[in-house]
Amino acid sequence: MIRLNGINKSYVTGANKLHVLKGIDLHIQAGEFVSIMGSSGSGKSTLLNILGILDEHDTGEYFLDNTLIRNQSETKAAGLRNKYIGFVFQSFNLISFKNAMENVALPLYYQNVGRKKRNRIAMEYLDRMGLTEWAEHMPNELSGGQKQRIAIARALISKPKVILADEPTGALDTTTSYEVMQILKEINKEGITIIIVTHENDISHMTNRIIHLKDGLIESEVLNGKDAMLS
Amino acid sequence: MFDLDRWQEIMSALKKNKLRTFFTAFGVFWGVFMLVIMLGSGNGLRNGVTGDFGDFATNSVFMWTRPTSVPYKGLPRSRNYNFKNDDVEALRREIPEIEYLAPRTEGGGSQSGNNVIRGTKSGAFSVMGDYPEWNLIDPVVITTGRFLNHADIKEKRKVAVIGNKVYEVLFKQGEQAIGQYLQIQGIYFQVVGVFKPKNSGINFGGDKEQSIFIPLTTFQRVYNWGDVIGWFAFTSKPGTPASEVEEKAASLLKRRHSVSPDDPQAIGSFNMEKEYNKMKGLFQGINGLIWIVGIGTLMAGVIGISNIMLVIVKERTKEIGIQRAIGAKPWNIISQIITESVFLTTFAGYVGLVIGVGILEGVNYILTSSGSESDMFKNPSIDFNMALTALVILVISGAVAGLIPARKAVSIKPIDALRYE
Repeated sequence: MIRLNGINKSYVTGANKLHVLKGIDLHIQAGEFVSIMGSSGSGKSTLLNILGILDEHDTGEYFLDNTLIRNQSETKAAGLRNKYIGFVFQSFNLISFKNAMENVALPLYYQNVGRKKRNRIAMEYLDRMGLTEWAEHMPNELSGGQKQRIAIARALISKPKVILADEPTGALDTTTSYEVMQILKEINKEGITIIIVTHENDISHMTNRIIHLKDGLIESEVLNGKDAMLS
Repeated sequence: MFDLDRWQEIMSALKKNKLRTFFTAFGVFWGVFMLVIMLGSGNGLRNGVTGDFGDFATNSVFMWTRPTSVPYKGLPRSRNYNFKNDDVEALRREIPEIEYLAPRTEGGGSQSGNNVIRGTKSGAFSVMGDYPEWNLIDPVVITTGRFLNHADIKEKRKVAVIGNKVYEVLFKQGEQAIGQYLQIQGIYFQVVGVFKPKNSGINFGGDKEQSIFIPLTTFQRVYNWGDVIGWFAFTSKPGTPASEVEEKAASLLKRRHSVSPDDPQAIGSFNMEKEYNKMKGLFQGINGLIWIVGIGTLMAGVIGISNIMLVIVKERTKEIGIQRAIGAKPWNIISQIITESVFLTTFAGYVGLVIGVGILEGVNYILTSSGSESDMFKNPSIDFNMALTALVILVISGAVAGLIPARKAVSIKPIDALRYE
């Protein structure tokens, strides 16, 4: 599903050049549940942004579903994000003036799906998250766990191949975190590739494969067999 | 296309800071409002002033004699002379550019004492010796009867066309005037018509309403004027400037009356076209100034909108970042912001337009209903085309105002927008 060959990325701020990713080689199969770990500054968020076509890499090759991602126009990148990738953020990033249902339906709006149809589909996904009765509520009336579940529903509605989650449990308490992870796990079982960035060991241990990043390089990869025990 | 999501976003952005939205919109509102009020007032002023002209021929020239100031051909200076009947023929013959020629004599007037008598009633009125052509230069409305005609001139008939004030003084209300006789400066004339002026602002030798028109030839005979003519009024043919005809007529008349061609004083003349053009230029100038000031005010408002849109875009950077992360194309964002800007501009401008037109209509209503319509100000209004032009300008300027903020919104990378706090 995802293949990275020698990805390099550096940020230039004034006279300083910060080399964040120093040659990442990574292969993620379709249907995998992967977590990326690393200390702050290890480049894990940058890697996720490049995977999400929110940022561009400098050198190297990135294949997403066998498509080479390189120097996309912003219009094309938006289309690819909409089609292939669902995002889940640490701070949920719901649109404040739209209710839960409209937030879930938003990706379909950018696919020019009619309002009635996309709201009906959004209700299905909200139902899956057990949030049917919260459909008309605005984001500021919802708890963190509810918001994250809405964000996951929003990520799922465009039927993406990959879900990218940047610290999806970072703003949640332990119980809610485990609930959210449980939901992600179920989604993964349906065959959607999930990649999460986290610095919490218990969260990463719920995934099938842990990639440790250090100073812009992959330090180690651990195939995780303990997830059955934790859940 | 009505897109609920788009309008939801616009409304939410505008509602977030209502006072700011209000003041921003007020800038454009005020620009359009002032433009409408000023244009309307300018039109009112023009309608008032040009209304005074009525149907007066604006390409007309008036010419009269004055004492000479240069000795010529053995004749001394300060010599008095008169235009004569054969000057009429000469002018017609030698200056084909003249369209209508109306020689005129005048007598009587309010200073001359009561010169017109009918039975026990009498009054002091101006008496004009006229040709029928006069009615083509300074037309009047004939309320009953007819104006003078060429048969009257030819046969030197003793007929008179009287002004409405003359009728009011000499006749009882509702009394039939046609066929009645008036004694004008000792001679009896039969009334053939009553008129009222189309314009009250332009008068020659006394108030038009208090004037009596009789055939010029009759005037000359019965009052012993011989073949003397008081003055000429003539118009130029379409396409010929009145000043050209004025020059030709002056030089012809100078030649015919042995006046030096270099005498600047001997012929007095008044060129209506020149005055009219001056006035027209003045109103065009006023109109131009109004547009400049109005568009300037409007521009200030539109720049205000552009500024506020920049602030809104900055405030919503993260939101825009989220939208782009989940698939909003740059065009989605740009069109969203431009729609917002056009909406704000057009809405504010439209309110300004409606209130401006409303006030003009109100002023118009008060002016007409109170009957205090002055000569200087009449029917202040803007026409439909002007309103349409203003609206088109608004939509375009709204789009332009939104363009810079919209470009700024998509120029930032989605990842930076997402990180923006």
